[in-house]
This record gives sequence, structure tokens and C-alpha cells, in this order.
Amino acid sequence: MTVNAVLATATTTIERRLLAGQPFAAGPESWDQHRARLGELPRCAGPAAIIPSIERSGLIGRGGAGFPVGRKWRSVAERSRRGAVVVANGAEGEPRSAKDRALMHLRPHLVIDGGLLAAEAIGAEELVVYVGSEHGEAVRSMSRAVAERGGRDAVALRLVEAPHGYVSGESTAVVHYLNARDARPTSTLERPFERGVRSHPTLVQNVESLAQAALIARFGDAWYRDAGRGRTRGTALVTVSGPVRFPGVYEIEYGITMAELVAMTGGPTAEIGTVLIGGYFGGWGSVRDLWEVPLDPVDLAEAGLGFGCGLIGLLDADACGVRATERIVHYMAAESARQCGPCIFGLGAMAAALERLGGCRPLPDDLENLARWSAQIVGRGACHHPDGAAALLTSGLRVFADEFNRHQRGHCAHASLRAGEV
Amino acid sequence: MAASLRVDRARCEGYGMCAELLPEAIELDDWGYPIVRDGVLPEHLRALAERAVEVCPVLALRLVSPERMRSTLHSRSLAPHTALRSHGGG
Repeated sequence: MTVNAVLATATTTIERRLLAGQPFAAGPESWDQHRARLGELPRCAGPAAIIPSIERSGLIGRGGAGFPVGRKWRSVAERSRRGAVVVANGAEGEPRSAKDRALMHLRPHLVIDGGLLAAEAIGAEELVVYVGSEHGEAVRSMSRAVAERGGRDAVALRLVEAPHGYVSGESTAVVHYLNARDARPTSTLERPFERGVRSHPTLVQNVESLAQAALIARFGDAWYRDAGRGRTRGTALVTVSGPVRFPGVYEIEYGITMAELVAMTGGPTAEIGTVLIGGYFGGWGSVRDLWEVPLDPVDLAEAGLGFGCGLIGLLDADACGVRATERIVHYMAAESARQCGPCIFGLGAMAAALERLGGCRPLPDDLENLARWSAQIVGRGACHHPDGAAALLTSGLRVFADEFNRHQRGHCAHASLRAGEV
Repeated sequence: MAASLRVDRARCEGYGMCAELLPEAIELDDWGYPIVRDGVLPEHLRALAERAVEVCPVLALRLVSPERMRSTLHSRSLAPHTALRSHGGG
């Protein structure tokens, strides 16, 4: 999937916000264009003015957990001393997600504005733009944008390329990499907001969250809340993959239904059976159950799912769900930072059992063990990587229950054993 | 003061001595790594828990106050909702 080609075809039901401005085919927005369109980032009257406005907006983090951004900034600001650091997190290690790289490529200055705003809010002296090295266009665009700023800001600005890997964007891994060039999560009792980059309090915030904050600083929290159909307000970037006419990155209002989103993408090109929501850290659901459910973190949580990083991975009804689940858990096992026993051995054992089941040659207790391990592994890693794999597997065991049982008996209803791409 | 057991997961190598000393609070998974029972450690296990902390060959076991356990805002910043729930929210 090429982000650019796909973005050029995207349409939205509301005016675009993060992706407003020149057509996507025109590429990155320069600093001059950015200022001509949006004006300078307003000078704020310090943290006392910024943080309450972000809190009132209801803006939630876009990296995966959906933690309230205003509350996060406040907790860092309360601990902040000289030397605090903001990290704009654009590692985007999620294999199927493309929304962060698209944003960094097309609207780099909105990301920088958001980072500068956060720095002002928490009293930071440095902004590090942390971009996944595999996202070439995003790296080039953000580098050019950093150079265009020319060091005129009060906050020191630098770009660091994140090493390739699923976990390199996890907040303790980010800090570990910036401190010691080792992008593995750490399990010290102190969190980044207490002791992060060079031991200073550090705010690690997803690039989309920051870009949204930069718009709130300009247009206000009431404007932000104007968008949204339901309980969660605002717009969100999502990545749609699978059998639809134009897969890719879209900006949606929170609360539109899956049916509306699929219509935005030009409609299905095959029968869609299931959907992976939220990314490899997310969960499977049946499209029949979810077709009219609002794409709103609150509604999804009530349905036992999470909005996560906004990945909507649609799976062809003809594809084998056992094999599709195996493929993802296999990837998660391979992406383990290999530091914690339950993650190394647990994910490895899950992947091996799934491989046997996928191939319809299971051991007698494979399915039983998968259910037990997926419950047992939760909360037992230095980071949440094993939890994510376990949640994904748990949802797969539920949604594809009939298929798993068939595979345990040595049969697959899908003649081709095709795994399907989500 | 009430306390909870916490395992440094990256440090733990699965020696299993903690589970031998404290089967009431710690069991081992299929690969020999500890599963700590949720919640505050009962006071009558305190002395054994301190002993378990001391004998861990890689110093991966700690006794921490419950306040400290809750102070993990950023560790959750990438977690899915399911993981948050299983950790008891906060």
C-alpha cells in the first residue's frame, strides 16, 4: 500500500483538519505554506493557559492507549524541573498502520508546532522528533521541516531516527534508545515522566496527538469538540487495510460507523468477514456485529475492543482466521525484545501451537494451552508487548472459535488455507 | 506498612526460588517464570517475602508499597484497553 497514492483518493465526510490544506499529491507542506494557511503558533501565556484548554478539549492520545493528553501533560508539568524533554513519537512500528508516517510526510510543521506547544506546557528545553527509520518519506519531510525552523525557537529541536522494530516506539524503549542507543523497553520503577532522557522528566507523545494539540492552540477546545458524532470528540486518523477499493489513511470523525468508513474507501472488493481493530495490539471482531457500531473508543471498549492506533484491518470472509491469527502472533513473537521470560517463551510457544493448528496438525492439547497461556501471560512483561499478543489471541479464539475447533480436529473449511492480509 | 511483590521481568531468569519459599503468593508458569498473586501481600507472609527477595540469585524480586505500584502512568501509554482493564485500571 503506498500512502501517497491512497491518500490522494481519500474523501472525508467532514472538513479535514489534520490533513487540511493542499492536495496530498502535492507532498509535504513547507513552513511558509504552513504559516500562510494556519498562521504562527499562538504564543501562550504559559502552562497555566495551555493545559486546561487541552484538558477541556477531551483530546486523547493516538499512540494506542488513548490516555487523556491534558492529564498526561499536567502530570509531567508537576514534576518538571530544568531540562525536561518532549519526544514527538513517530516510530510507528505497527506493521499495517500508516497514519503517523502520512501525517509526518504531509504536515510536518503541525507535528513540530504540537511538540513546541507541549514543551511550553511542561517547561521543556528540548524537543526530539523520533521518526521510524523505515518511513523514508516521513524522515525526509521531518528533517527538512526541522531545518526550515533554523533553530529560531527557544526549544532545542532535533530529529532522531528510531530503529526498525515493533517495540521501539514503546515509551520506555524510546527513552532507552535516546539515552543508550538501545531501543528495548526498560522495567525500572521510575517512568519516563519522572526520569527519562538524560534523567530529566520526559513527555513521550504520539505525533498525531501533538498535531491535534497544535490545532487546539489555534482554534480552541470548543472548535475541537465540534467534530465527533458520539461520546469521544474530535477527528482521528485511521488506516484501512484489506479488501476495499482504496485502502489507506483517512481522517474521520470519531463515531462514524464501520459501514460509513468502508463506503468512504470505495466499498468492498470481496465479502468481508472479520475485522482487526486497533492494530496487532488490538482485537478481532465479526463485521456483522460491528458494522453499525460507532468507531468511537468508548463504544469499542463496550464491545470489548479498542480503537488503538486506528488500524481497521478487514479480512476477506474466504480467508482462514486461524492462519491470520497465527501470522500476527508469529510476528509479535519475533518482535519480542527478548528480555522477559514470559514474553520469549510464552509468545514462542503460542506461535508454535498456532502454527501446528494452522497446518491442521495440532498436538492434543494445543487449543487448550493457547486459552490458558493467553490468560496467564497478561501483565508479565517489562512492557505491554506480551499483553498485546495475548489480547489479540484471546479475541481470535473467541471470534474464530468454530474454526479453531475444526483445526484442532485436523480440518480447515478454507480449502486454500490462505491466511489473508489484514 | 502494606506491601506488594513486584518482579523485574527483564531481570528474572526463572530460578523459581521465590515460588519455593512463597507458594501461597507465587506460582510458576510452564516455563518456570513466576506468576504473582494479585493484591497486597498478607502480613503473615511478610517475613517469608523478605527472605524471597534476599535469595533471588538475580535480585529480580522486590517488595514495594502499593502507591508505588500505581505510579505507572507511562508504562500504560501504549497498552490496549484490554490490558488496562486487566491491570485494574487507574
